[in-house]
Amino acid sequence: MASTEVTGQAGTVAPARTESHTTRSGRSPSGAERERRWSGHGKPALLFLAPFLLLYLLFIIGPAIYGLVMSFFHTSMVNPGLGEFAGFGNYAEVLSSSDFWASLWHTIWFTILTTPPLIVLALVFALLAERARRGRWFFRLAFFLPYILPSAVVALIWIWMYTPELGLLSRAVTSLGFAEPDWLGDPDFAMVSLAVTTVWWTLGFNFVLYLAGLQEVPRELYEASAIDGAGPWQQIRLITVPLLARTTSLVVVLQIIASLKVFDQMYIMTQGGPNFATRSVLQYIFDIGFTDFRSGAAAAASTLFFIVVLAVSAFWLVMTRRQEPEL
Amino acid sequence: MTGPPPPRSALTRRGLLRASLLGAGAAALTGCSSVSAGLLSTPPDPRSVAYWNLFGGGDGVRMRQMENGYRKANPNIALRSVTLTWGNPYYTKLALSTVGDRPPDVAASHLTRMKTLVQGNLLQELHPEDLERHGITAEKFTSRAWEASLVDGKIYAIPIDTHPFVLYYNTDICARAGLLDADGDLKPIEGPDAFQDALSKAKQVTGQYGATHGITSPSSPPWQLFQTLYAQLGGEVLADDGARIVLDDAKAKQVLDYLRMLTVEKRLMPGSVDYQGAIALFASGAAGFHLNGGWEITTFQEAKMPFSMALVPNIFGGPYKVQADSHTLVLPVRPEKDRAALDRALGFVRSMLDQSLTWAKGGHVPTWLPVANGEAYQTLTPQSQYAAAAASAVYDPPAWYSGSGSNFVNIMGSAVGAVEAGDLSPADAIAQIRSKLAVLAATASPV
Repeated sequence: MASTEVTGQAGTVAPARTESHTTRSGRSPSGAERERRWSGHGKPALLFLAPFLLLYLLFIIGPAIYGLVMSFFHTSMVNPGLGEFAGFGNYAEVLSSSDFWASLWHTIWFTILTTPPLIVLALVFALLAERARRGRWFFRLAFFLPYILPSAVVALIWIWMYTPELGLLSRAVTSLGFAEPDWLGDPDFAMVSLAVTTVWWTLGFNFVLYLAGLQEVPRELYEASAIDGAGPWQQIRLITVPLLARTTSLVVVLQIIASLKVFDQMYIMTQGGPNFATRSVLQYIFDIGFTDFRSGAAAAASTLFFIVVLAVSAFWLVMTRRQEPEL
Repeated sequence: MTGPPPPRSALTRRGLLRASLLGAGAAALTGCSSVSAGLLSTPPDPRSVAYWNLFGGGDGVRMRQMENGYRKANPNIALRSVTLTWGNPYYTKLALSTVGDRPPDVAASHLTRMKTLVQGNLLQELHPEDLERHGITAEKFTSRAWEASLVDGKIYAIPIDTHPFVLYYNTDICARAGLLDADGDLKPIEGPDAFQDALSKAKQVTGQYGATHGITSPSSPPWQLFQTLYAQLGGEVLADDGARIVLDDAKAKQVLDYLRMLTVEKRLMPGSVDYQGAIALFASGAAGFHLNGGWEITTFQEAKMPFSMALVPNIFGGPYKVQADSHTLVLPVRPEKDRAALDRALGFVRSMLDQSLTWAKGGHVPTWLPVANGEAYQTLTPQSQYAAAAASAVYDPPAWYSGSGSNFVNIMGSAVGAVEAGDLSPADAIAQIRSKLAVLAATASPV
C-alpha cells in the first residue's frame, strides 16, 4: 500500500511499529544476543551519541540537578547565588499549602477530563479516516491540522468563540434555545471549556499514532475474518482494537504526561481564574517562582510535581510490562 | 513499506560528519564575538542607549514615536529599544538581566513594582545633582506621583505618568438617558444611589446593561474598582511593607455588598464577563458606561464610537480617591560606574518627559508639569477631563508580593471578581482574601 506523508512521519515516532515487527516474525532477541550487539558497538555508539549527550547533560540533567539543590535553599530570583539554606522548609511549606493541593487537583482534573476523549476520539477518527474511500488525505490532514497551531493561536481563537453574549458558541447555543453556559467565567465550567479546546487542538497527535498503528494490522486478517463471516463491527472489536493494544499503551502514557504538563491554555485563556478555579500546578509554580521571585520554593514544588509524574509513568510502565513482558 | 532500497549515497557518513564539523567551526568563528560579549559582559557600544519597556497596543505605537523623537534629536546616539511582554515576563527578564550584569541603560517599570526592584538592590539611586544637570527636579512633577515614587526619601525612579482607573461613557446613550449637562458632559454623580441611578437610566436606554468592567479574567480590573471604592471609605489592606494585614472587614463588606448589588441583584453590570468582553460590550453599545484604566482610550477611538471620559465618581464620600499606578523610568544597577553613560541615560529620560504630550494622548495623565500645565494638554479632550485623578491617586500598598501584575492583585481581584460573578458571598470572599494574604504576609521577603 502506498504510504502518505502522514503515516511516514508517524512511523518514525511510534516505537510500537518496530515492536510489532519483531513479534510478527516471531523472534525476540535473547539476552546473550543483545549483549553481543551492545559490546560490539560500544565506543562508536557513544561517540555518535556524544553531541546529544553533551547537550542533554548541559540543558536537561544539569538544570534538573541544580533545581533539586535549589529546592533546599531560600533561593531568590533577584539575588545571585543559592541564598540561605532552608533544609526541608520549602517542602514543608509547599506540602502544607492549600493552594498547592488545589492546583494539583486542577491539573489532575484536567487530565481526567482530557485523556479519555483524546484516546477514544483519536481512535474513532483514525478508524473513520482509514475507511474513507476517497479523499483520505483530506481527512488525515483535517484532523492533524489543529495540532500544528501554536498554543497562543488556539487560545485566542477559542477565547473569542467562548466570549459570553458575543461569541460564536454563545450565539449557536442561544439560537438553539438553550441557556448559554458561561464557558470560561463559571468556575465549575471553565475547566470543561479548556478541556474541549485542548481535545480539539491536540487530538491530531494521537490520531496520527493510531493511523500508524492501523497500517501495521495485517490485511490478511481482515480478509480471513470476512471469509469467516465477520462484519465490520466485529472486525474492529476483535481484530483492530486488540492489535492496537501496543499503540494504545503508548498513546495513554504520552497523553497522561502531556495532560499533566498543562500550562499554556490556562495561562492564556483564564490566567488560572475565575477565582483560581483553573490554576494548574505548573502555574502555581510559575506564580511563586516568577511572580513572587521565590525560586527555591518553586523548585521544591516542581520536584514534588516531578515525583507525581514519575509515579504515574512508573505505575503505567509496570502495568504494561505485566501485560507485555517484552516491552 | 515496500519501496526500492535507497540508492547508496556518494557522500559517506564519515564525510558528512567531517563537513558538518567544518561548518559548525566556521559558524562558531563568526558567532564568537557576540558570544564572548555576552559571557564576559564587555561594555556595549559607548555611544548607545539600551531601553527596555513593556508597552504594547496604542501605548507601544506612541512609545515608538517618542523613541523616534529622541533619535532625531540625538543622531549620534544609537537607541536600542526592546519591547517585552507585559507583566511577569517583563519583570523577570529585567531582574535576571540586572543580576547577570547585562541590564539595559534605562527601563520602564510600574511605580508599584519599582519598590520591589529597589529592595532587591537592582536599581541605581538617582542623585539630585545628576538629575539637575538634565533639568529634572522634584518641583517639575505632580507631587503625588513624585512622592509616591520615592523610597525612604531617595530617588530611584522618574514617574512619567499617572494612569488612573476612569469612567468611560457613551455620549449617545447618556444623552438619551438624560445624564449629560448642557455642554454635553456627564453631570456629576455622587454617592452610591446616584451611581446606581445613572446605571439604571443607561440600562433603560441600552436594554442590556448600565455599565461593564472586566471581571472574570484577568483579575486586575475587579481589584482596581474595589480599591477605588474601598479607599474612598478610607480603608487600607496592608501595612509594614506587607508584613501585616489591616483589611477592614466592615468597609470591605460594604464595598463588596454594593458591587454584588450592581451585578448579581440588579443586573446593572454583567457579572461574568472578561476584560475583552467588557470592552466589546461597551464598544457595541450594550452598556452606557465602562470602568477601566485610561489606557483603553485608543481602542474606543479606533472603534469610532461616541464616547468621553470622566473621573470614577466619588461613590462612598470622604475625600476623593481613585486607584492608579504610574509608569516610571528606572536605571538598573550596572557593574561599571560610567558618568557619560549615566548622562546619556538621563538625557533619554528627559527626552521622554519632554514628549509627555504624545504619551498623554494614550490616556495617561502626564506628571511632567511643563506639559501637564501647558495649553496643549489642558485642551486635549477627553484626556484632560480626568487629570484631577493624579492628585487623588491611591497606589497599591507596598509589599514584596504586591504591585502591578502581582499575586497580591491576583488574590484581591479574584475574590472581588467571584463576588461580582455571584460565586462567592462577600463574607466568604473576605475570608478567602485573609487566608491567602496571610500566607504571603508570613513569608520572608525573597528580595
